[in-house]
Amino acid sequence: MLNMLRSSGVLSEQELMELPGVPSMELVEKGPVAVIECAEMIPCNPCEACCPTGAIKIGDDINNLPIIDAVKCTGCGLCIAACPGLAIFVVNGAHTKSEALVSIPYEFLPLPNIGDQVEALDRQGKKVCMAKIVQIRSSKKFDKTAIVSFTIPKERCMEVRHIRLSGGMQRKQ
Amino acid sequence: METELAIVGSGPAGLAAAIEAAKTGVKVTIIDENPRPGGQLFKQIHKFFGSEKHKAGIRGIDIGHELLEQCEKLNVQIFLRTEVWAVFDNGKALGLKHANNTTEKLNTRKLILATGAIENPLAFPGWTLPGVLGAGATQTLMNLHRVLPGQRVLMVGTGNVGLIVSYQLLQAGADVVAAIDILPQIGGWGVHASKIRRLGIPILTSHTIKEAFGNNEVKGAVIARVGQDNKVIPETERTLEIDTICIAVGLSPMAELAQSAGCQTIHIAELGGWTPMHNKRMETTIKGIYVAGDVCGVEEASTAMEEGKISGIAAAESLGYLQRGKAKELMKERQESLNALRAGPFATQSKLGKEKLIERFHKC
Ligand SMILES: Cc1cc2nc3c(=O)[nH]c(=O)nc-3n(C[C@H](O)[C@H](O)[C@H](O)COP(=O)(O)OP(=O)(O)OC[C@H]3O[C@@H](n4cnc5c(N)ncnc54)[C@H](O)[C@@H]3O)c2cc1C
Repeated sequence: MLNMLRSSGVLSEQELMELPGVPSMELVEKGPVAVIECAEMIPCNPCEACCPTGAIKIGDDINNLPIIDAVKCTGCGLCIAACPGLAIFVVNGAHTKSEALVSIPYEFLPLPNIGDQVEALDRQGKKVCMAKIVQIRSSKKFDKTAIVSFTIPKERCMEVRHIRLSGGMQRKQ
Repeated sequence: METELAIVGSGPAGLAAAIEAAKTGVKVTIIDENPRPGGQLFKQIHKFFGSEKHKAGIRGIDIGHELLEQCEKLNVQIFLRTEVWAVFDNGKALGLKHANNTTEKLNTRKLILATGAIENPLAFPGWTLPGVLGAGATQTLMNLHRVLPGQRVLMVGTGNVGLIVSYQLLQAGADVVAAIDILPQIGGWGVHASKIRRLGIPILTSHTIKEAFGNNEVKGAVIARVGQDNKVIPETERTLEIDTICIAVGLSPMAELAQSAGCQTIHIAELGGWTPMHNKRMETTIKGIYVAGDVCGVEEASTAMEEGKISGIAAAESLGYLQRGKAKELMKERQESLNALRAGPFATQSKLGKEKLIERFHKC
């Protein structure tokens, strides 16, 4: 169980798809939905507590894995900033015909600018395509975790989980 | 000087203990060697895990501010830049050394030791070179003193501390060349590991550091793969060009004061080493001396706060500020909360360790 995650820090595709917080590709293609990449029983529940529509369920035992109800989820993204593990993303596979909109938590300075073309990285930090920044949200409630939304080719929407700005404070490979 | 309850250490355990006791009317004095209170909290700029009840999702630094504000409102006295160098008369007096090198005796009726833990060193050729430092020390330098110890870092150890400090090094503008661990699996939580992987930091499990080299400071390190016997596999060595090596191989309870006071200690690996024995009320083998937090088992800020509260309630009761029944009720609540925190699979070790500790207490 979770061998890939435990030995490499990266969830394998199968490990990912088995998570109760990760909706199927079919659901992702219907519209914006939270993808909760939380695989271990950690005593933690801010995602459930912050969800305005009750779409995230953990229950009384706070060690339970969060379960996403894709029907109730509106893709608002509040949970992105609430997750202390930075493990929640919102993916909208129906953004345009060919593009998906992905929203990620971002805790680096400087923030990108709307319209910027940046490198889109997968779970291993490898560049897989370019992304275009379309929205940046930060508020007191998000407590310094910005939510950055960008568009990428649709087929990459379950791969891309981070971005790299040229000149930003991040690893250059 | 006189007080009713002296608390050594102003981390989450000490502050939570002070608040619980002061609420009932106890005169509380906290002593800490640092220029500002908060223990580890003020360098923890990341959001904490936990339940909503345990301030989850709030950054450590903000939890610190909240606790301090409450202490202020309750008129808790805090001595900073003051070291406690001795415990006298079964905990009825402390030897203090102030920043200006003057010493003083503080008489107290009850004592809570919340001294926290200390980072474990790791010995290898070159380990005394400038540039080799603890991951926690690195975090203090970066986040409290705003000093980046280097530009290219090797992180040794992939527990939560190693993973979180790697992430924060990148936030601060340094590069982490790799995070290595001698075990075949990552020690910390998957989410923390995933967080640094997607930033491009390689995590190399089954790897160890063979040596650090450089004349007056670290210029590089040799790492190598290890086999199942934890021995280096020949010809797997690799040289990394780096200027900083962070050691994140665990913490040990800082139990010296408790030991010198005469509290009985026991070695429990699950809790990080030699630990003062205590009962469910957090009282040690010496009546009137309590412990709470990492000093009696390296865990988390959340558990440290709960233990702190229990010790504060127990001390208030024994000082006569809380009725037996009320104290019992309050402690029960805190105990349930602690049990919930220790219920997950990641807390099995500390839960086992704590059970052993309390069992041994009742045997002696
Ligand atoms: C990198 C890192 C990340 C962490 N992340 C989390 C997290 O996400 N969530 C979580 O819940 N926990 C986290 N923790 C753990 C948490 O910080 C500790 O468990 C917690 O701080 C322990 O609290 P404490 O009050 O027992 O000790 P401390 O916070 O260590 O406080 C002890 C204080 O006592 C002082 N002291 C000791 N001896 C003396 C003396 N003789 N005289 C005067 N003063 C003395 C020390 O200087 C210190 O200020 C993390 C720890 C580290 C290192």
